[in-house]
Amino acid sequence: MTLASEVSAPQGQRRQKLFSAINRSAAWLSALGLGWLVPLLKIAAGDDPREQMGELRDSLFFPVLGIAAFLLAWATLAPQVQTSLGAIPGPAQVWEQTGALWQDHLAEREKEAEFYARQDERNAELVADGRADDVKWRSYTGKPTYLDQIVTSLKTVGLGFLIATIIAVPLGIASGLSKPFNGALNPLVQLFKPVSPLAWLPIVTMVVSALYVDASDAFPKALVISAVTVTLCSLWPTLINTALGVASIDKDLVNVGKVLQLSTPTTITKLVLPSALPLIFTGLRLSLGVGWMVLIAAEMLAQNPGLGKFVWDEFQNGSSTSLARIIVAVLTIGIIGFLLDRVMFTLQTAFTFSGKR
Amino acid sequence: MTATTCPTPPSHRFAPLLAGLALGLMASTASSAAMLDVEKDELKFGFIKLTDMAPLAIAYELGYFEDEGLYVTLEPQANWKVLLDGVITGALDGAHMLAGQPLAATIGYGTEAHIVTPFSMDLNGNGITVSNAVWELMKPHLEMDGEGKPVHPISAAALKPVIEEFDAEGRPFNLGMVFPVSTHNYELRYWLAAGGINPGYYSPEDVSGQIAADAYLSVTPPPQMPATLEAGTIDGYAVGEPWNQAAVFKKIGVPVITDYEIWKNNPEKVFGITAEFAETNPNTTLAITKALIRAAKWLDENDNANRQEAVEILSRSEYVGADAEVIAASMTGTFEFEAGDVREVPDFNVFYRYYATYPYYSDAVWYLTQMRRWGQISEDQPDSWYDEVAKSVYKPEIYLEAARLLVEEGVVDEADFPWDSTGYREPTAEFIDGVTYDGTQPNAYIDSLPIGLKTGDSVVGAEVVAAN
Repeated sequence: MTLASEVSAPQGQRRQKLFSAINRSAAWLSALGLGWLVPLLKIAAGDDPREQMGELRDSLFFPVLGIAAFLLAWATLAPQVQTSLGAIPGPAQVWEQTGALWQDHLAEREKEAEFYARQDERNAELVADGRADDVKWRSYTGKPTYLDQIVTSLKTVGLGFLIATIIAVPLGIASGLSKPFNGALNPLVQLFKPVSPLAWLPIVTMVVSALYVDASDAFPKALVISAVTVTLCSLWPTLINTALGVASIDKDLVNVGKVLQLSTPTTITKLVLPSALPLIFTGLRLSLGVGWMVLIAAEMLAQNPGLGKFVWDEFQNGSSTSLARIIVAVLTIGIIGFLLDRVMFTLQTAFTFSGKR
Repeated sequence: MTATTCPTPPSHRFAPLLAGLALGLMASTASSAAMLDVEKDELKFGFIKLTDMAPLAIAYELGYFEDEGLYVTLEPQANWKVLLDGVITGALDGAHMLAGQPLAATIGYGTEAHIVTPFSMDLNGNGITVSNAVWELMKPHLEMDGEGKPVHPISAAALKPVIEEFDAEGRPFNLGMVFPVSTHNYELRYWLAAGGINPGYYSPEDVSGQIAADAYLSVTPPPQMPATLEAGTIDGYAVGEPWNQAAVFKKIGVPVITDYEIWKNNPEKVFGITAEFAETNPNTTLAITKALIRAAKWLDENDNANRQEAVEILSRSEYVGADAEVIAASMTGTFEFEAGDVREVPDFNVFYRYYATYPYYSDAVWYLTQMRRWGQISEDQPDSWYDEVAKSVYKPEIYLEAARLLVEEGVVDEADFPWDSTGYREPTAEFIDGVTYDGTQPNAYIDSLPIGLKTGDSVVGAEVVAAN
């Protein structure tokens, strides 16, 4: 209980407003994985620290302890394993390589700027010579940096996930509403669900190469191949969960719909989707998780310039910094996967009545 | 509003004349005005992660491609097959290629396509490495010098007892090389044959290259060789740098010989383009050749003074990516054999000296003779055939034209190029077994080699059949 008796009235009012704001935002912050901020904010706002300690212990102290213990174990055990690429790097080397990758990125951007400056100069010279029709504008041909590769991976997984959602959700709704349709679709789903992305890849490569002839710059072939592979593996969770969600609508609601003689589109939008939404979102979350994992393997094989290709290239290079860089990539993949999951969870909380699933 | 033309004031009448004079002056000095009118300026070249892709990397990084008005993307390829397919299908405009690839493609061995080359990228640069276990077995058979170090060059005769031991135990002796028509394959076979070991034959039905073999050769992509050696799948390999020094660095193998010791100053890689590209884009081809000649010159300039900078560029992950110290060894003229046994090999990589960049017909003919020797060319061919194929693939005319343009621009010396060459080098006996090679007499040469098909021989089933 705040020592409200010890503060003046206007301060007390401000403090009340602050607390209600913090409480409102608590749901959002915990959705974003920042739940440990809430007790800290409350303490900063003047709440009794001893009360908040309990919450702080659970949401901040123990996780930090866990991470610290892991780092310690890593730092002690890693140098004891000698591979032909050197000892397994500890946290210090991995941190060093993160810095190195950032420096590479900055250096490459600088080279790009210099290239464009040179091009501008050359073209200005040509114009001054009166050769304005010899002027050429060409884009920079340097390598994609680590950050470019992260963006490419996100783009690819986004595209794959989007296609999967567009296919899976309508099929799932139809499957949930109509038993015959479900009966027809089910064997196919069960057959294709366990297939690994690596098995799909050669077929997808052949098909995309045959059909997607004029590759645009924004969606090169390798990107489309990786995205389609992601789709093929991540569409099953969405499909199954949507079908389940739609099939398990409360029978009373369905009866109400029949009594009111609602048309099918209205039934779907007003009745089916809102009540199936929690399970649909669960399916989407699982799909995105699976898709992100599959993406890395698909990129390695399709040579799409994202994180998967980065890991593969570093392994092929076999330099003494390769293992550390691969670990940086592993951690990046983990962090991005975590953030993507949190984003989906936040969306889910926003769109459904219960954020518990 | 009506437009009225202003009467030209007197000074303005001279303006066009002055502009013309100024342009004329600028044309003789500005490098932008010396640029060829290229047909295609956005190009994509493929390469494999080997030290000798250096001319491509240097031409890009030092702006030589840009000086010629070319905007080049350099793309590493997974292996030699993917690279060749890329050039044939047009996905790549040109590539760093094994000297044998344009020849094999043109004669139809493997995917058929008419590939030409106007530029030889380097001489030497390969080595043969064996695993630690095999090295220990070889050592008792080696001749040692006063300091207890092996006398070089090490002949494959020292390997022969080891293979016999393996054979007695029923184990196959496996060696890796990078591609069926690669220089490494032919150099490895040359070395083995000179030591009395049969490296196997090819036949039209069986392209494994292991017919009647004492040692079994198979294909492994260069970056995967150290890992394959470590895993024990192969007992040794022939590959370009940095993969021999990498094995020493990681303590998984010992290089036994460099190709400099097998054939002094042998041709290695070329820059390959499709014949169609060369025909449709003559100016672009000249521009590319010019940029590459300049890069090669920079690499060998001032007695290899720039090599350290080249090593720094090559160690970047988008080029070769191996550690700088591993690349530096061979690029700066030293080569480590057994750990601690470092020898001076100043010409381990030659990019410009000894007319290294001239695409000699005699180089092409040597590869063709080796293809015949091991059965990849299954029938005898007259000497004129060898000459014709060499002339259809190697294009010294384009090379000399590019060189002439560079001499006029003042960036290279006239003396750096063999303007009057017939395209055939002088006969040479600088091979490990002392056999003389005369490019103008290919059939006589084939008959003078120890192990290998001779005139009239062919491979039928699992045996070599003589014509008589």
